Amino acid sequence: MNAIILSAIWGVVMMFAGVFIKNKSVPKYLAVTGLVCVLVFNILQEFNGLSLFNFPIQDMLRTDNFNLLFITLILGCTLVYFLLNATEIEKVGEHVGEYYALIFFILSGIAIVSTFNTLLMLFIGIEIISIPLYILTASDKRNLKSNEAALKYFLMGAFSTGIMLMGIAFLYGGTPNATFYIHLLQLGTGTLPVLVAVGLLLLLVSMSFKVSAAPFHFWTPDVYDGAPTVFTSFMSTMVKAAGFFAFLRLFTNAFGALQAQWQTLVLIITVATLVIGNITAVFQQSVKRMLSYSSIAQAGFMMLAIFAINTKAREGILLYSVAYSLATIGMFGVLTKMKDYTIDGFNGLAKTQPLMAFAATVCLLSLTGVPLTAGFQSKFFMLMAAVENGQHFWLVIVAVLLAAVSAYYYFKIIQAIYFKESETDSIVFEGTVTSPFKWMLLVIVALILMVGIYPEIIIGLLYA
Amino acid sequence: MGTYITFPDLLIWLPLLAGILCFFTKEEKHSRNTALFFSLLILAVSIATLVFNDEKKHFNYNNVNYYWLKYLGANYFIGLDGMGKMLVLLTAISFPLIFVATAKAPVKKANAYFGLLMFTQAGLMGVFMALDALTFYFFWELALIPVYFLSSKWGGEKRIAATFKFFVYTFTGSLLMLIGIIYVYLHTGSRLIDDGINIPHTFSLGAFYNAYLSTQEQTWLFLLFFVAFAIKMPIFPFHTWQPDAYDQSPTPVTMILSGVMVKMGLFAVVRWLIPVFPEASVHFKTIIIWLSIAGVVYASFLAIMQDNLKKLVAYSSIAHIGLMCAALFTMNQISVQGVMVQMFNHGINIIGMWMVIEIIERQTGIKKISQLSGIANTAPVLTIFLLIIALANIALPLTNAFVGEFMMFSGLYNSNLWFAVVGGLGIILSAVYTLNMIQKVFYGSVNASTAEVKDLGLNEKIALGIIVVVIFIFGVYPQPLIDLTASSANALLKSIK
Repeated sequence: MNAIILSAIWGVVMMFAGVFIKNKSVPKYLAVTGLVCVLVFNILQEFNGLSLFNFPIQDMLRTDNFNLLFITLILGCTLVYFLLNATEIEKVGEHVGEYYALIFFILSGIAIVSTFNTLLMLFIGIEIISIPLYILTASDKRNLKSNEAALKYFLMGAFSTGIMLMGIAFLYGGTPNATFYIHLLQLGTGTLPVLVAVGLLLLLVSMSFKVSAAPFHFWTPDVYDGAPTVFTSFMSTMVKAAGFFAFLRLFTNAFGALQAQWQTLVLIITVATLVIGNITAVFQQSVKRMLSYSSIAQAGFMMLAIFAINTKAREGILLYSVAYSLATIGMFGVLTKMKDYTIDGFNGLAKTQPLMAFAATVCLLSLTGVPLTAGFQSKFFMLMAAVENGQHFWLVIVAVLLAAVSAYYYFKIIQAIYFKESETDSIVFEGTVTSPFKWMLLVIVALILMVGIYPEIIIGLLYA
Repeated sequence: MGTYITFPDLLIWLPLLAGILCFFTKEEKHSRNTALFFSLLILAVSIATLVFNDEKKHFNYNNVNYYWLKYLGANYFIGLDGMGKMLVLLTAISFPLIFVATAKAPVKKANAYFGLLMFTQAGLMGVFMALDALTFYFFWELALIPVYFLSSKWGGEKRIAATFKFFVYTFTGSLLMLIGIIYVYLHTGSRLIDDGINIPHTFSLGAFYNAYLSTQEQTWLFLLFFVAFAIKMPIFPFHTWQPDAYDQSPTPVTMILSGVMVKMGLFAVVRWLIPVFPEASVHFKTIIIWLSIAGVVYASFLAIMQDNLKKLVAYSSIAHIGLMCAALFTMNQISVQGVMVQMFNHGINIIGMWMVIEIIERQTGIKKISQLSGIANTAPVLTIFLLIIALANIALPLTNAFVGEFMMFSGLYNSNLWFAVVGGLGIILSAVYTLNMIQKVFYGSVNASTAEVKDLGLNEKIALGIIVVVIFIFGVYPQPLIDLTASSANALLKSIK
């Protein structure tokens, strides 16, 4: 509750700040202050049970150790994101305060989808996330690509929202209790009535759409490519992780007992996502586009959690959210400083910007899943979850073979950075690589290594 | 749980520390000296471990066990046994030798170069000491990453592609092994830890040895692990990354790859494959022996056809490793013991071979056999050293490799006559290509490119001299190596009974 209400309030504050404060560099301080507040009160709720707002919410939201920890992690990653990208956000356009306001609204939506206990709250949360995202995608107003991406995103998003709503309606009508509460659905474990089965299927499709799992991923590359790079960084990390968390929550709490009936479908989606994401990423020349395909590929790995829904999957999704978010934020952070977004644009980065090169390399190694990095631990937990589940063992073999494929495209960038020479002298926007930016990159590297060496730093909090 | 500093701790942390220090040095001289100093220190530590080898009395010196991922049952558990000590010693000898032999060869960006080399050493040490599957996996991969950067940055012309091929092969293999590790882990027994919590499964080596696995499960798990190890060794048909990687890597890295790193594969078979899946190992042994022996012959023929000096040695290495793998899977006392001895000796000999090649390549810039001629006239001392090392490499009596190969062959012979016959062909062929190479490169008339070759400098004399001394010592008196590894060999054989 703390996180939902506080970030919504702070969103409004930021909006008004945008009206009254004309200086472009002020909003970032306000935003960071607000985010720290939200983070602190969320942590207080998690460990001390401090709840600032006690509304009669009729059990529509339920908080526990697990989802509060997830919100904490997401807020923490967002803080890292703010600190790393503050100057880049200012460059997108005139309305800096509003961009932050929209991000705070999204955070509020993320907190809702992480704690929902009725299908309506899930729906409202997803919408609160989606609508500001459409605006952020279009925030580079004079750029045709940005507009096109936003329109595409909006149309596809609206479509999938419709599907989700229809799925909820089917579930509502098909169950004896006629309820939106997921713990009262009482679907049993036997064969499902047609209405419920259709409802489940529609929810599966719409959630797959939101997390860009194949074959519902077609919007992702264009939208991620078209949106301003800083916002791509946000929507491909925290937002996607939250989507997965909601997905996992829905399928564990509402449909967990029916796993045998939907597992094959999830299996197909998982394999399709892994194959399409990894194979297509191999052929990309633009790093930004490659990262959007890589986000589909990583989504395939996160789908393993939905496939398995067990304790390891719960722990794994926490690790994966952090590992994937940090590495991707770092990589996009580096990308925003590059003049040329193609892979060749990275040639010789190690010579001119050794620290940026090092940070990018650690991020890429983490995305590949090399030991000592957070990426390894998260993949490791996902694989453990899938093996422990015991069904369809070949899925993990497919997953690791495609992880090996992913090494191909991630290492292409590492090769460009370290082993190739640049033809031009300046490959980055020189003035923008400030020392705070470098320090933040180092912080990201340190976090990645810390989680990679000792993941119980995160998982231990679940059982604290 | 030791409260004081132990040998395994030192062997991991010293190279790591050295690596970090090297990264912060400014001048080439300083990084070189730091690396050399620490590698000598590590060598001293690894020699000291040989003194403390009473398994009961010195247990606390040789083992370290801390909780790592406590609730997952993964510990930072490393320790030294006989075979581990031998391979640690090999690793510890190789690095200072390499540093001394290449002391005069200039390196660009020396701080990163020596730093990465020391990190590699830390990874290798970890692999040879890990007694916990997850720790093992960590070090297994960590040994690879610095080598990837070393070879891609300082290697030859086609280095990026060749090294990446090497990386992808081994990375794929390791990931398959990771699945195997997870599966076995989920079938291990539970363990009660300090604070009274019951951990359902653990990653410890002992738990892996006692995992509940049906014969059928063992069969495919065996394959998952074996692919990873077979790629690393490499044995036929998983070897295709190797000649290119050896050819393109900077020679000091090639020395580590072929001298020490390939032993990771053999070592892992001894520690993590056969005892964990004894039934499957027996089931697959004939196929694996035939594959290995086919590889010996195949690689030997390729070596005969080679005009590239480095690839010739690379193929000869495949042949030698293939023979060791075959002997290992015969699983009888004498050949397993022979493999242990040979792991050490092959490492020493092949590093010597590479040193000579490195000297020739550095001075002439040529690695084509057909373009080299008459080096014996300009560099007689070099030629003498090479001759001794090459004869050791083809296992002439009185040299160190003779003992190991003799034992391996008697094991193969006891197991099946044909193994010994076909494998013996490999030995004959190895004499053909080695002597042929010596004749072409070192004898004959001096040509334009070899006229300028200078004879050995002092540092090179020291490095090669040490190798030759080791060759003769263990050629005449191999007993210490046999004694050191006897308990490991017996433990392995006991596990399959």
